Amino acid sequence: MSAIDTPRGTMAADPSKFWGEAKDAAALEADPTVRALRAEHGAAVLGVEDFRGDLSVTIRPDDLLLVAQTLKIHPELRYDILADIAGLDNLLLDRTPRFHVVYHFYSTTRKKRVRVHVPLDDAKPAVDSLTPLYKSANWAEREAYDLFGFDFVNHPDLRRILTHEEFVGHPLRKDYPPDRRHMLSRSYSAYPGLEAEHEGRHTLVGADGIERVYVNLGPSHPATHGTLRIQALLDGEIIVDSRTEIGYLHRCFEKMAETHTYTQVFPFTDRLNYISAFNNNVGFAMAVEKLMQVEVPPRAVWIRTLLMEFNRIMDHMICIGTNLVDMGALTNFWYFFNPRERIYELLESTCGARLTVSYGRVGGVAQDIPDGFAEHARRVANEMPEFIDYVDKLATRNVIFQQRTRGTGVVNRENAISWGWSGPNGRASGLDMDFRRDAPYGGYESLEFDVPMRTDGDTFSRYMVRMLEMRESLRIIHQMLDRGVPEGPHITSDHRVALPEKNRVYGNIEALMNHFKLIMHGFSPPVGEVYSYTETPTGELGFYLVSDGSGKPYRLKVRAPSFYTFAANDEMLRGQMVSDFVAILGTLNIIAGELDR
Amino acid sequence: MAPETPLGAPAAGSTASDPRREGWLTTQLDHYVNWGRKNALWPMPFGTACCAIEFMSVVSSHYDLSRFGAEVVRFSPRQSDLMIVAGTVVDKMGPILKQIWDQMPDPKWCIAMGVCASSGGFYRAYHVMQGIDEIVPVDIYVPGCPPTPEGLIHGIIKLQEMIARGETRSQIAMKSRSLEEQGHAEEVARRAVRTLEEGRARAMADAGRGRPA
Repeated sequence: MSAIDTPRGTMAADPSKFWGEAKDAAALEADPTVRALRAEHGAAVLGVEDFRGDLSVTIRPDDLLLVAQTLKIHPELRYDILADIAGLDNLLLDRTPRFHVVYHFYSTTRKKRVRVHVPLDDAKPAVDSLTPLYKSANWAEREAYDLFGFDFVNHPDLRRILTHEEFVGHPLRKDYPPDRRHMLSRSYSAYPGLEAEHEGRHTLVGADGIERVYVNLGPSHPATHGTLRIQALLDGEIIVDSRTEIGYLHRCFEKMAETHTYTQVFPFTDRLNYISAFNNNVGFAMAVEKLMQVEVPPRAVWIRTLLMEFNRIMDHMICIGTNLVDMGALTNFWYFFNPRERIYELLESTCGARLTVSYGRVGGVAQDIPDGFAEHARRVANEMPEFIDYVDKLATRNVIFQQRTRGTGVVNRENAISWGWSGPNGRASGLDMDFRRDAPYGGYESLEFDVPMRTDGDTFSRYMVRMLEMRESLRIIHQMLDRGVPEGPHITSDHRVALPEKNRVYGNIEALMNHFKLIMHGFSPPVGEVYSYTETPTGELGFYLVSDGSGKPYRLKVRAPSFYTFAANDEMLRGQMVSDFVAILGTLNIIAGELDR
Repeated sequence: MAPETPLGAPAAGSTASDPRREGWLTTQLDHYVNWGRKNALWPMPFGTACCAIEFMSVVSSHYDLSRFGAEVVRFSPRQSDLMIVAGTVVDKMGPILKQIWDQMPDPKWCIAMGVCASSGGFYRAYHVMQGIDEIVPVDIYVPGCPPTPEGLIHGIIKLQEMIARGETRSQIAMKSRSLEEQGHAEEVARRAVRTLEEGRARAMADAGRGRPA
């Protein structure tokens, strides 16, 4: 267990304050969110905190639904997106009560965030479900139920989501051993009782009493690109009902993060969205940097941003390439896989790995870029437009392609917000949100780029947004290359987190000890919690990091964009042709590693 | 007591593939059948995670797996004879992997691509299978996280060598079944053990030389 091997940080003396550090009380009370909540639900607010610029409010559990309603509809607040729900087990924090549910809200109009802590009763951890207000609460609450055993009252379908039905216990509780497995004896269906009835038949009686064709797709199916599973009931070729089952790649990221030091978590983050692994590295590094207030040198920022944009191109290429394969256009796949190899070579030249790079570090990147990197990058960037043009010519105006993609899988703006969509999928539905522009990091504020938008919300819009984004990414890359690589170190000189230079390690005992401590024990951030988010190719990737002051994260919750995108799947598919299902799924860019974590 | 026929009289110091051990026709027939099998592998990618992306690189234009006679990727287990498990298999996926493996016709081979499929990798975790050999027999383990495309190609070449020698688990099992039907159970057991031992010795020798044979 993480908190035992290294000395724990000091906790706040005042039990109403969780993380010890508070902004000036008067300034905090003047915040519109705090003011509105105090005015509307004075008795419900148990505490207000501000740590590293994150506003956090503690709410009495009985009032959660009303508070959430205020947060959503109050004209001065308008927190219209429920970004994430995280469970938190305080067992090793000496804090009561034991369980918290932590809600992250985001306002698309005010571009502000608030975190709501809800302490739960020890004997019976239960709280009202937020599904009546936010559709994104559906899967998020199921996940908290699965991993922590919280009961969400009035949830429409509260059952396990990531682990399997024969699993015993709730693995993210602190008293659950990280490696205790439960074998699954048989494959099961999301339609209860289907196996027995289904013997030798391919039809099923739906809720309305009509017998329909039952089709199971996945989890090992060529069009599901990974481990997604959809079971559908068809009326002719129309999908009338479907159940999406996930968890076929649940690799216990969050539990693994709790049992490894901060630096050791980097390889695990690679394997979330493994198509653009470096973006996850940076996302996690930024969360730790925010917590520890580490400054990243300009050269490292430049390297990060440049590689993140290359990764974005690569991610979109795979998404579009495989999506078109599923629609029968194999050529585009070859066209997009060739330039992707060029980007792999670029990544390989920095760190030796092609796919899972583990190149990010807290405070910078693992090692400096090789000589001639900028020229190499420019060569690669110059090769890209040719391939994008090929696909553009082959697909964009292709009549067959348009007929299959226009008007299918439509998600309107309102639903996209309610489902917590973000990234290219959200922008295709008219949700004008891009954190590179709205909450700039990594030097994006000084770069010129457009955020492509579409409002139709159909498969074609999502394809178009990605095609245009690749060109914007190239624009960013060229601007950065024109400015040149900033001089200086590739990692911070803050030796709380960064290894000392090799010649000093060999030269004096302090540096040697520093090196030894960092390698053997890692570093220990201060006690506290932060939420840090970046714009990855799939959407808003957030890391909610809770530190108890030890060398390992106490809790690391990933806000995975694919998870919230895919939650809308069943609703999207209703009324669609089964043949369009493949095209719709491909265009959502669901990455199983990130979906299931 | 080994029967004299139809296996032929074993010469002193001969090996399983020694033509003197068996009738000329059976040996040569096996030789050509295995030659055909090894050069016409039909892979079924059981891709779950990161390794599946590298598998895509292996089959697409740059690395082009078709140069090695394993081109025809089929997603139906019934049409393929080589299952490449690319990626982490979690406990929830286990029964599905087993079901797909059982649907493949004999002879069939299995490559565990990457450390997750081989041993669970660095996921020593509550929901991750610690190697797919918990549920299906594996012929080749390809290390790496993910393996480089060259690594997987090397694994496939190794498998082809094993197929040519008739050393894979599936081939041994098939041979055993056919001999058992003819009533040579004792010889079957001896042969299986001997073939596996020879394979292991060869692998150890390869490893000792520190380079592929």
